[in-house]
Amino acid sequence: MTALATARPARAGSTGRRTSPERRRRRVGSVVLSAVAVIVFLVSAFPVYWMINTSLLPNNLTRTAVPHFWPDEFTFKNYELVLFGDTRSPFLPALGNSLAVTLITVAVALVFAFLAALAVTRFRFRGRGSFIVAILIIQMIPGEAMLISTYRVLDDWQLLNTLAGLSLVYVATVLPFTVWTLRGFVNGVPLELEEAAMIDGCSRMQAFWRVTFPLLAPGLVATGVFGFIQAWNEFVLALVVMSRPDSQTLPVWLRTFQEATTTTNWAAIMAGSTLMSIPVIVFFLIVQGRMTSGLVAGAVKG
Amino acid sequence: MTLAPEAGPALQEVDPLASEVRRVPPPPRRRAGRFTPLVLLVPGIAVLAAVIGWPLVQLLIMSFQEYGRAQAFGAPAPFNGLDNYIEVLGDEQFWAVLTRSIAFCIVNVALTIVLGTLVALMMTRLNRFFRLLVSVGLLLAWAMPALTATIVWGWLFDTQFGVVNYTLTQLTGIDFMGHSWLIDPVSFFAVATVIVTWGAVPFVAFSLYAGLTQVPGEVLEAAQLDGATSVQRFRLIVFPYLRSIFVVLTILSIIWDMRVFAQIYALQGIGGVREQTSTIGVYIYKTSLGTGEYGIGGATAVILVVILLAVSFFYVRKTIREEEL
Repeated sequence: MTALATARPARAGSTGRRTSPERRRRRVGSVVLSAVAVIVFLVSAFPVYWMINTSLLPNNLTRTAVPHFWPDEFTFKNYELVLFGDTRSPFLPALGNSLAVTLITVAVALVFAFLAALAVTRFRFRGRGSFIVAILIIQMIPGEAMLISTYRVLDDWQLLNTLAGLSLVYVATVLPFTVWTLRGFVNGVPLELEEAAMIDGCSRMQAFWRVTFPLLAPGLVATGVFGFIQAWNEFVLALVVMSRPDSQTLPVWLRTFQEATTTTNWAAIMAGSTLMSIPVIVFFLIVQGRMTSGLVAGAVKG
Repeated sequence: MTLAPEAGPALQEVDPLASEVRRVPPPPRRRAGRFTPLVLLVPGIAVLAAVIGWPLVQLLIMSFQEYGRAQAFGAPAPFNGLDNYIEVLGDEQFWAVLTRSIAFCIVNVALTIVLGTLVALMMTRLNRFFRLLVSVGLLLAWAMPALTATIVWGWLFDTQFGVVNYTLTQLTGIDFMGHSWLIDPVSFFAVATVIVTWGAVPFVAFSLYAGLTQVPGEVLEAAQLDGATSVQRFRLIVFPYLRSIFVVLTILSIIWDMRVFAQIYALQGIGGVREQTSTIGVYIYKTSLGTGEYGIGGATAVILVVILLAVSFFYVRKTIREEEL
């Protein structure tokens, strides 16, 4: 939360002594603002709360005239049904697929992107600018437009419905963002530190691994988590590339599960949604402070 | 948001404690091994060329071919010039889908930016506790995967047992019980707008809030002393300071909202009329993988790529200028 919760420096009240009506108006204003803040919080958080609440209620209580606003008849039955129940689309294989694909994607993308980020930050060479421009442009090509040819190319390579195939697509998908972000992190480590280490007798490699790399570790972790979230949530390409029931990832599983529960077992669907969302939300909360304030960099006139 | 679909290069690390952003000069030219940087780039470039470059070339070629089910099973695909494009551009349904996508995009971008700005302005005036509260709420909305968010909102808007119908009935006294939100296309898109905006506002609000904290307080105070109203202060001081953040956020929002897929596709699965509610991404998916018209779908996809790259052009140019590459 650090980046977000830093208080704004208080402004000095330079208008001299305030008249009491004005003070009253200000107090009213701040009460109204606080009320609006609470409303913003409720609107933002309510769907997440409702998902968890419904997932903890027995299904027959989700179908009542007056909704149950808290899990007053608390149960884990829905989770049991999703995890171990005899459903038409089983959860655990999809979880396994999702975990495998995201972990492969993050590992490969981080290594490749790290090497590329080093190249563009620590060296000048012909084509450096073009590479960066290409990264930016590739970032903007929509996967939705590419799905047909991605499908066909993977088909040619016999990679449809394989973890390797989807991971490969995801590596390419998260790579531009990862290169760009890591480039920012590497730029943030002054070269002088490395040079100082080299004066103290380190070789260049030693200086890099002992001085720069430890400083980059938090950035690598945060970037990796962001890549993980992107791959974990990705739906369109997974829908196309992993069409076989046994090769589904979690988002595709959730949708088939939602369509397959004929009498719409909302409690079970919410349990599945919770299982899929909670890891993402937790990871996101951990790394967001490191990643979310960067847009301002260089964007404010000054 | 999803977490913002792909937060893109817009997000880079900045040290929250740094009062000013260091411009990084280009690194010195190193003499150590002229080929090292290129070796470092090989793996990344190889993956991008294989998985993005090559399919992109394939897509272009396919959009000029007669490519249907037969070709997918190995029949030769004859080139047919601009036939696919002529067919797409002459198809009423394509124009309906494109108009729908653009209208949806404009409404959502406008709502996202306006609401994001209001929330950010509010955050600058809240005390610590309430700001933390708002931040936590926004982060929850942002972190929710687009697909689960859609399914959860689908449950909130459920016809029979949705909490939205219950609450509206209680609040307005009008009987909303059993009201279907997804059958009517306009109402369907209203729900989709709620979902997309709900997920997109946090990123905009946080970005603008971070920008607002850098607007010098003295300037605002001087304006206040000179009798500027709060609207004037925003229009004449705050907005010019943050103009380029606004530009970037708007462009990114346009791109994300033009591409919207998971929310629409999943909402249709919960209960929408597909023919009347497809946006361009869903339309491409259905014409190609649904009905096997790969050539037509390919031409449509190329048109979408061209539109989005045209929109991105300004963003890319701006980023490059700023970075002084």
